Amino acid sequence: MAIDMEQFHQVFFEESFEGLDVMETGLLNLDNGDADNEEINTIFRAAHSIKGGSGTFGFQSISDFTHIMETLLDEVRDGIRDLTHEGINVLLKSVDCLRMMMTAASEGGDVDDSEVKTNFDALQNILGSESSSATEEISEPAADSTAQASAETVWKISFAPHKNFMQFGNDPARIIRELATLGKLSGHVDTDNVPEFTDLNPEDMFLSWDLELKGEVTKEQIDDVFSWVEDESDISITAMSSDVSSQTVKKQTDATVVKSEAVKAPVKAKPAAAVKASDKKEKSTPASSSIRVGIDKIDDLINMVGELVITQSMLSMLGEDFNMTRLEKLQEGLIQLDRHTRELQESVMQIRMVPISFTFSRFPRMVRDLSEKLDKKIELVMHGENTELDKTVIEKIGDPLVHLVRNSVDHGIEMPEDRLAAGKPETGTIQLNAFHRGGNIVIEITDDGKGIDKDVILAKGIEKGLVEAGAKLSDQQIYDLLFNPGFSTAAEITDVSGRGVGMDVVKKNIMSLGGAIETHSVKGQGSIFSIRLPLTLAILDGQSVSVGSDNYIIPLVSIVESVQPKKESLNMVAGKGETYKLRDEYLPIIRIRDLFNVPDAKADDLEEGLLVVVEADGKRFGVFVDDLLGQQQVVIKSLESNYKRINGVSGATILGDGSVALILDIPSLIRMSD
Amino acid sequence: MALILTVDDSASMRQMVAFTLKGAGYDVVEAEDGQKALDASKTKKFDLVITDVNMPVMDGITFIRHLRTEVNYKFTPILMLTTESSSDKKAEGKSAGATGWIVKPFNPDQLLAVVKKVIG
Repeated sequence: MAIDMEQFHQVFFEESFEGLDVMETGLLNLDNGDADNEEINTIFRAAHSIKGGSGTFGFQSISDFTHIMETLLDEVRDGIRDLTHEGINVLLKSVDCLRMMMTAASEGGDVDDSEVKTNFDALQNILGSESSSATEEISEPAADSTAQASAETVWKISFAPHKNFMQFGNDPARIIRELATLGKLSGHVDTDNVPEFTDLNPEDMFLSWDLELKGEVTKEQIDDVFSWVEDESDISITAMSSDVSSQTVKKQTDATVVKSEAVKAPVKAKPAAAVKASDKKEKSTPASSSIRVGIDKIDDLINMVGELVITQSMLSMLGEDFNMTRLEKLQEGLIQLDRHTRELQESVMQIRMVPISFTFSRFPRMVRDLSEKLDKKIELVMHGENTELDKTVIEKIGDPLVHLVRNSVDHGIEMPEDRLAAGKPETGTIQLNAFHRGGNIVIEITDDGKGIDKDVILAKGIEKGLVEAGAKLSDQQIYDLLFNPGFSTAAEITDVSGRGVGMDVVKKNIMSLGGAIETHSVKGQGSIFSIRLPLTLAILDGQSVSVGSDNYIIPLVSIVESVQPKKESLNMVAGKGETYKLRDEYLPIIRIRDLFNVPDAKADDLEEGLLVVVEADGKRFGVFVDDLLGQQQVVIKSLESNYKRINGVSGATILGDGSVALILDIPSLIRMSD
Repeated sequence: MALILTVDDSASMRQMVAFTLKGAGYDVVEAEDGQKALDASKTKKFDLVITDVNMPVMDGITFIRHLRTEVNYKFTPILMLTTESSSDKKAEGKSAGATGWIVKPFNPDQLLAVVKKVIG
C-alpha cells in the first residue's frame, strides 16, 4: 500500500518545533540549577521524539544530528555524565541548529552545512573519543551470510517454547507460519510433555517442534523470525547442506552479538554535511498554518451546536402549526436561539485563542544570551503565561515584545558594578506580566534598571527638532518621543538594540492591532512599558450611531462619554475649526456628515444632534452624529479585501437588518482632522 | 475487524500508524500516553496494542507492565516501537510483557507486515 507520508509532515514539523522549544526551556532551567531528573527526562524525550519522527518521515540528516544529541542526553540522564555550563551552551546551539534544519525542511530553505558540521563536531567533542572511534568502525555482520543466501540450504530447526510462552502474547503457530514463508517447511510436533487432561493448564505451553526448512534462506532470516521469542524458548538452528560448514549456534549467545552491533550501528551516522544532496529532496512547499485546539474547546462547540439544533427543531415544529396562543412559546424559543447563537459565537472565538506563553517562551533564552553578551546579570520573571489571546494578535505582538525586552536588557538594566554602586542588588530583574483588564489584555514589561531620564529625552527631542524649545510637555508626551521615528538616546549604538529604528515600528505594530502602549518610569528605579491589546481582532464591541440614513459603528473602547451639546459651549478657533468646551477642556469637533459627505444628515445645528467624546493617542475629540442607536457586538469584515482602504474607516460590518455599517477608525479620524 | 490501540505522544507518529492501519481495514483507537492507553484498555477489548516507549505521564514499559496484569490482556499481543539505539529497552519491554517490537524508523509497509504477522 502506497501511503503519502507528506500528509503527516505538517504535524511532524509542528510537534518538532514544540519539542525544540521544550528542549530549550529545559536546558535553560538546567543552567539555572533548578532542575530535577524529570527535567532531563523531558529534554531527552523531546530529542528522542524528533529523532524517531525525522527518521520515519524521511529527514535523515535531522535524525542523524538529533541522534548524537540524544546520546549525550542519555548519558546525562543515566548519571554517566555531568552537564557543564559549556555543555549546555553547545546543546542550546545545537537546538538552534536543529531548528534551522527543521525550518529548511519545512519551508524549503537552505541548510547551513558548516553550521551543522560545527555543532556536530562540538557534540562529538563532548562525547569524547570513544564514540568518535566507533564512527570509523563500520561493522559488517552480514558479510558471510549473504554468501550463503545464494545457495539452497537445508536448515534443521529445533524449537521448544517455554511453559510461559503464551503469556507474552506470542503464538508458536505464527512463528511456524512465518518460517513457511521463507522456504519449504516440514517437521513434526513433539507432544510428549503434554500432561493428563486433569493436570492440563490451558494457559501453559507443552509442545515443541523439530522442523526442516529448505530454500535459499540465510541464518539471519531465521533468527529474525525468532527474535521476539528468544528468551521464552530454546532454539537451535543447524545448517545441514555441505556447502555451509555445519554450525549449531545457541540462539542466546548469538543474540548478544546482535545486540552489540545494534549499539554501534547508529553511530555510523555521517555528519549531516555529507548528506546535503538528500536534503534537497526533503524540501516541501510551505504548508497552510494550522492551530492546535484543546479537546474541551471542541466539545464545548459540539455541545453548543447540539443545543442550537434542538432549539431550531423546536422552532420549526412551532412554525408548522402556529397560532397566536403559542406566541409566548415562540418568543421563548427566539430568546433561547439568541442565547445559543451568542454562546456558539463565543465558543468559536475561543478556538482562535492561544496562550501567550507561545510568545513568552522565547524570552528566557534571549535574555540569557543577551546578558551573557553584555556581561550583565539579569533575572527574567514571567507571570500570566496562560493568558489567552487571539492567534493573529499573538503572532503580531512577538516582534514588538522582542524589541522592548531587548531595550530593557540593553538600555534599562545597568552593569553589575553600576547597580552595586547605586545600592541595588547586582542582578537586575525584568518582569513580563500578562493579564486581563476590562475587555483587554495588558502585557507589561517591567525592569528595575536606571529608568528613563526625561530631561535627556526632552533635550534630544528639541535637538532633533521634534519639540519646540521651551515647550511644556506632560510626562506621557515626553515618553511618547521615544516612539518617534529616528529617535535614539543610546550614546553608542550597540548591536543589541538602538539603531534608532524600531521603537516607532513597535508603536505602529501595536496600534495596527488596535492596541496602545504606555510608558511609566522613575529615574534610578526602572521603567514599565504597558501594552494594551484587544482580546480578538474579529469581533468588536461597538456603539451604533446614525448620520442621515447611514449607520456607523464607533468602537466602545474609544468612547469616553456622549453629551447633548449646548450652543453656548461651541467656539470657533481660528485655524482649528470648531471646538466644544466640555467642563475645562476644549474638544475639537469632527462632523461625520462633512467628513463622509452624507447628503441627508438630519442634524446640522449642534443642538439637534449628539456629541460622542472619543479618545485616542492621548487626545480627545468630539464626534458629531445625528443619534445614538444601540451597543452591539459586530463582526469585522475587511473593507480592504472587499473594496479598498478608506481613511478613517477600519472596516465594515453587516447589521441585523442586512444593511452595511462602516466601523470608524478613531485614531485615523483624529489624525485626519489634526 | 480487529481493533488496535496505538499509543504515542507524538501526534505525527500516531497519525501515521493509525492512518496506515485504518487503510488496511483495521479499527484503531489512539492514545497519547500510557495512562490514557490504560484507561482506554478498560473500555474496549483490543486485539493488538502498539505502544511507543518514551512518553510523558506514563512510559510504554510501565504501561505494558500494568496492562499485562489485566485479565483481559494476558495473551493480547503488545508491540513496542523502539529505536535501534535502545536495545536494552527491548529487553526491559520483554520482561514487562511485550510480545515484540517494531524498530523505528519504519515505513507503513513494514508496519503492516508486522501487524499482519501477529494478528493476521
